[in-house]
Amino acid sequence: MKITVNNKETEFDGTSVSDLAAQLQLPEKGVAVAVNNEMIPRSEWQATPLAENASVVIIKAACGG
Amino acid sequence: MEKLVIAGKEFGSRLFLGSGKFSSNQIMEEAIKASGTEMVTLAMKRIELDDKEDDMLKHIAHPNIQLLPNTSGVRDADEAVFAAQMAREAFGTNWLKLEIHPDPRYLLPDSVETLKATEKLVKLGFVVLPYCQADPVLCRQLEEAGAATVMPLAAPIGTNKGLETKEFIRIIIEQAGVPVVVDAGIGAPSHAAEAMEMGASACLVNTAISVAGNPVEMAKAFKMAVEAGRMAYESGLGAVATNNMVASASSPLTAFLNE
Repeated sequence: MKITVNNKETEFDGTSVSDLAAQLQLPEKGVAVAVNNEMIPRSEWQATPLAENASVVIIKAACGG
Repeated sequence: MEKLVIAGKEFGSRLFLGSGKFSSNQIMEEAIKASGTEMVTLAMKRIELDDKEDDMLKHIAHPNIQLLPNTSGVRDADEAVFAAQMAREAFGTNWLKLEIHPDPRYLLPDSVETLKATEKLVKLGFVVLPYCQADPVLCRQLEEAGAATVMPLAAPIGTNKGLETKEFIRIIIEQAGVPVVVDAGIGAPSHAAEAMEMGASACLVNTAISVAGNPVEMAKAFKMAVEAGRMAYESGLGAVATNNMVASASSPLTAFLNE
């Protein structure tokens, strides 16, 4: 199915946020994930399903003052 | 030098560093070390799906350093709350530099949204350090809303203009019951020293260090300036003469050569 990750259309063949994290090889630390504008704590990734057209935002650290 | 205490946590250094605009992560890391800072800000960005860049986090993460994620890029209180939740999840800290500046030209903070966001974030358990206008009334309101510090600007972000808001910062310091951190616009160690002499609790410096010809040496210079300014403040500065006051001798005036 298709979802968007950081506004980019992405083919995804899993079911949960955990599956997406595995597909994208997200690091163990230093990232946060939101699905449809709601932050999903890592402890809930497994239990959070991703539906067709879900909008996922993934952030990490950047330099800034 | 007295320790700085914010939200119950002690800091030996009164210089906070921003991590923006360094020419490399390596130089940033060296400047952080040279500055002796124990608080470093960072921002957030969306990951690239084929991301191979050097992770900046490993250059600033250190047991002695409190990470201070900022909310740069948000336009209102609701976006700030969302950004704060993302930051807490990603970096494992509930400390937050709240900054809401919707206008990209001057990057001046939106006072109404900053106050609203402070109220919400404090209720959500965040330690909120708001970047704000040098507005003594607003600073009291932020404190009442539960802000851990207030961080009034000296001048617009990145301008290096120094203490353009000096008289207001003086009033803020006089009234504040929380630490006052002078943030934004500090362009030279002398500006930082002056803020500290006035009784500011700390200074947050970024551009003046990161774009200096030699950022590592400049970080040291700021360290010394902040320490000197604080030491002078704690020592009690002498009174300044008023305009109509004549000179006051610091040597005995006996005319020993003529006797």
